[in-house]
Amino acid sequence: MVHFDRFTLANGLRVLVHPDLSTPMAVVNVMYDVGAKDEDPAKTGFAHLFEHLMFGGSINIPEYDDPLQMAGGENNAYTTNDLTNYYIQLPAENLETAFWLESDRMLSLAFSKKSLEVQRKVVSEEFKEHYLNKPYGDVWHKMRELAYKEHPYKWMTIGRELSHIENATLEDVKAFFFKHYRPINAILVVAGNVTTEKVKALAEKWFGDIPSGEKYVRALPVEKPQQEHRRLELKSNVPLDAFYRTYHMAGRLHREYYTADLISEVLSGGGSSRLFQSLVKEKQLFSNIDCYHFGSVDPGLLTISGKLVQGVKMEDAEKAIEEELDKLKQEGITEAELEKVKNKTESMIAFEDMSVMNRAGSLAFYELLGDPNRMKHELEHYSSVTREEILESSRRLFDNNNANTIHYFREN
Amino acid sequence: MTQTLNRKKAPAIIDTASLHLSLPPYRHFKLNNGVDVYAIHGGTQDVFQAEWVFYAGNSYETSNNVAPATNNLLKNGTKKHSAFELNEQFEYYGAYLTRACYNETAVINLSGLNKHLESLLPVVRELITEAVFPEEELAIFTQNAKQRLLVNLKKCDYVANRLIDAQLYGEAHPYGKYSRAEDYDALTAEQLRQFYQTYYQEGKCVLFLAGLLPDNLELLLNNYFGDLPLKGAAPEKVYPLAPAAQKKSRIQNDPDGVQGAIRLARPFPNRHHPDFQKVQVLNNVFGGFFGSRLMSNIREDKGYTYGIYSYIQNHIGDTAWAISTEAGTGVCEATVQEVYKEMNILREELIDDEELQLVRNFMMGSLLGDLDGPFQVMSRWKNIILNNLDEAYFNRSIEVIKTISAQELRDLAQKYLVDEDFYEMVVV
Repeated sequence: MVHFDRFTLANGLRVLVHPDLSTPMAVVNVMYDVGAKDEDPAKTGFAHLFEHLMFGGSINIPEYDDPLQMAGGENNAYTTNDLTNYYIQLPAENLETAFWLESDRMLSLAFSKKSLEVQRKVVSEEFKEHYLNKPYGDVWHKMRELAYKEHPYKWMTIGRELSHIENATLEDVKAFFFKHYRPINAILVVAGNVTTEKVKALAEKWFGDIPSGEKYVRALPVEKPQQEHRRLELKSNVPLDAFYRTYHMAGRLHREYYTADLISEVLSGGGSSRLFQSLVKEKQLFSNIDCYHFGSVDPGLLTISGKLVQGVKMEDAEKAIEEELDKLKQEGITEAELEKVKNKTESMIAFEDMSVMNRAGSLAFYELLGDPNRMKHELEHYSSVTREEILESSRRLFDNNNANTIHYFREN
Repeated sequence: MTQTLNRKKAPAIIDTASLHLSLPPYRHFKLNNGVDVYAIHGGTQDVFQAEWVFYAGNSYETSNNVAPATNNLLKNGTKKHSAFELNEQFEYYGAYLTRACYNETAVINLSGLNKHLESLLPVVRELITEAVFPEEELAIFTQNAKQRLLVNLKKCDYVANRLIDAQLYGEAHPYGKYSRAEDYDALTAEQLRQFYQTYYQEGKCVLFLAGLLPDNLELLLNNYFGDLPLKGAAPEKVYPLAPAAQKKSRIQNDPDGVQGAIRLARPFPNRHHPDFQKVQVLNNVFGGFFGSRLMSNIREDKGYTYGIYSYIQNHIGDTAWAISTEAGTGVCEATVQEVYKEMNILREELIDDEELQLVRNFMMGSLLGDLDGPFQVMSRWKNIILNNLDEAYFNRSIEVIKTISAQELRDLAQKYLVDEDFYEMVVV
């Protein structure tokens, strides 16, 4: 069980402390409640661009990395469609350095023209490296647009198109910063070899005087239930035909999120899973097949994707997947299968909780979801899922009208 | 009375170079058959990780891909169970069984909840004693591996990695050879069975375990592995290097490519050489971390790339000092030139005190962070043990980080960061 203390500063910054004296290190995690879904559809990619700009110096500190490295620290950050997370690990003795750095960039960035120009280029190279220069790199861009008509999940974190980043002005960037990166929209988690008293004092000292900012109230368009199977054919210079199928699934806080998560495990969590055994091993239609989702806060996409064995027809591959899903919808799963995926989940959670860094990140995420105590109850949520629920969920989930399919063909 | 906060002034720090850092000890014992076991007990979660390391890497195969294929197919059927049944036995208990094949070693890695350890050990034993390598499993493996290869060959970074290694070591050397589709086609189940018998059933094995381990560990391991005909010594293999004569290559792999994979590399002695640990410090200055010279110049100042790193390849025998990045096709040559420029600065100018202090502190902090928990400590020990080194090596590396001088670093740059010694590869 992860123990933590929690308090809120006058400016609205939520602070969680998780002491673990078995490590000499401390982790400082700042999660901002802003992701790609909060972007203007005409100016996408900003949350991710900020992940880069946040290292370009803040109002009082010209260099972020140098002083941190001097203190023996390491840091990184990631952005998703839901949130942005910055984290530092450093020797606990030097904890205050992290407070100094993180509070200054929450106070204000340096907003230098040079930093914006360079990071625009770096992001462009990142875009090329991951989405243009890799076979199948464009598929998620297309899939999101196919599956979402309303919700801003319809674009990727990197942005809808590079021009949005290329055309970003310093004014745009400032406005985005002061709207989202304020104490009222942030969560600070400090974990490791620390005490709550010390963290309280440091939090007051460094974050206490930062203006609260205005609470950003999210009013995102809700995706209407999908009414028909959507299909798309792509063709490009890829070596193998590939199949991608998504189904809209429940958001992170919904009971059906847990059933969908277990269903994805039944279908492809390992060598004894259904899709792997049937389609890769027995029928040999796919050289690999996966079923996964991104754990999105709002309703997300359960995905089945795989590369076809050369010579296999797309229709045959698709039909075989549908037969497996039909079987699930008709017969559900066995008691042993349910036990297996629950055991796997138990072990996955135990391994995730091994590192202080992960525990700090999880606490921040559950606070963002509304209740950090939820972290303690995740396993119970999974354990209480029944075979009947799995059966009912899979019938709703794998409805044909809820499906989006991409047939990705190789050019000959 | 509150004091005004001076945000421009950094809080005082403890110089991490002043920290005393030592590697927590392992417990060592031998099984009845002489197999060495290294164990680290600790952690906060009721989980374990166990690794069976066999001297069965690709250095021992006589034709390409026999070693990785054998390693991969270990769990695809035994005398008693099918591949599916074996997978079920691990997965039912929420355990992960993975395999991996490297140059010298090939491993079976099992991780899971402690309460299931005893149910899982007999299944691992079965993999080591009774694997059968069915023809049809090999056929599926071959087909899927060939398809994966096809996809990888479209990626400039994958192609560049293969080619630079082939240039450095020669294609007949275990570190330089690479897989082709026809190598997969040539594999036979009989080859795998023979390799298995020599290098697994009767090979050299070393065990590493970490986590909240049970009190009766020694007894448990002896029960399941102490009676196997495993050997104490690894077979000796010597491979001559055959580096390419031509040092500079530019390759067009994908006509639609928008980035080039850039690799620069030079041969370098292994961990037993007296310069090795000192060069680790120089490497950090040069391109070993986010604050390095290469990163500051080529990413943060010029924006040519998303990331650029230098590193010493993690080989037991001959090794190499390499620089790796992906950059836009229009700036590949400029990137290569900037790398040489940074090498030149390191040869000519002394590193100033502040930068050296920063690198020392960063490396110490990073080491301290790396030793967080029993799995990390074990992984550090494993690397030391498998390279035939001991605790003194770890302590020496700390000493070097704390005491190396700017002068020594410049001398090392003059010795090793020499333009003409580097192989260059750009693959678009």
